[in-house]
Amino acid sequence: MRWIWIDKFVEFNSGQNAVAIKNVTLAEEHLHDHFPGFPIMPECLMIEAMAQTAGILVGEAKKFQEKVILAKIKKAVFHDYVRPGDTLRLSAKIESIAPEAASTTGTITCGDKLIADIDLMFSHIDQNLAGKEFPKENFVFTDMFKSLLQGAVFQKADK
Amino acid sequence: MAMTREQVLEQVKTVMVDALGVDDDEVTPEATLMGDLGAESIDFLDIVFRLEKAFGIKIAREELFPAETLMNNPEFVSNGKLTAKGVAELKAKMPHTDVSEFAKNPELSKLPDLFTVGMIVNYVESKLKAA
Repeated sequence: MRWIWIDKFVEFNSGQNAVAIKNVTLAEEHLHDHFPGFPIMPECLMIEAMAQTAGILVGEAKKFQEKVILAKIKKAVFHDYVRPGDTLRLSAKIESIAPEAASTTGTITCGDKLIADIDLMFSHIDQNLAGKEFPKENFVFTDMFKSLLQGAVFQKADK
Repeated sequence: MAMTREQVLEQVKTVMVDALGVDDDEVTPEATLMGDLGAESIDFLDIVFRLEKAFGIKIAREELFPAETLMNNPEFVSNGKLTAKGVAELKAKMPHTDVSEFAKNPELSKLPDLFTVGMIVNYVESKLKAA
């Protein structure tokens, strides 16, 4: 089982940007402990949700041939709480992509409210310069993870 | 108009402060990326991406940070030191860096010290001139 922190993609421009939606609900048990009587979505899980949004965007750009691993959180600034019932919009954009890695910028919004700015770096781990080898099978992009793209509106990149 | 060395240094400083979360005054030309500024391998890619954006140049990672490929080649490394061939290769690959001091005792453990803020400024300058 994977812990999936986005519900669906609503925009997907291959190699450029993507938008995913996450509906937050009190059915998520951890919210009862974080915090008792004051349920808010943990910020680390917002980073994970952005890593999934941006990570799938980066993976798709190379046709899921690379193993894309979150390597660095360049920036994570949180502006407001996220509560049960909120619908989050996670927008991710590829800033740079090279054979070894990619860097993305992103925002999380809820309605008109800015919730977070999250900029990330991903490594294509098979291309690491230390020459370390990883299992052949792509353990990052399993069918379950890729199924998130089903029904997403695909648009071909201009270039 | 061509940028002066000071202007390039200022931009490089901003890149380092953003990429490594260090203070402005730590980023001196002599500061080593790994030793003084705490850079790790993924940070080098981050720096490459940011330099490309800041200066509008294209950087092959190999070109700016060739050390890793060098270190993994047995022809260039023996007993924790670069061989004569390795030193020659390093010189050829890093024309923007003065390796003469390092070449006197080319221990691998000293190799990271070649990667300084000043070396990046040299590299960017050479790249801007060539453009």
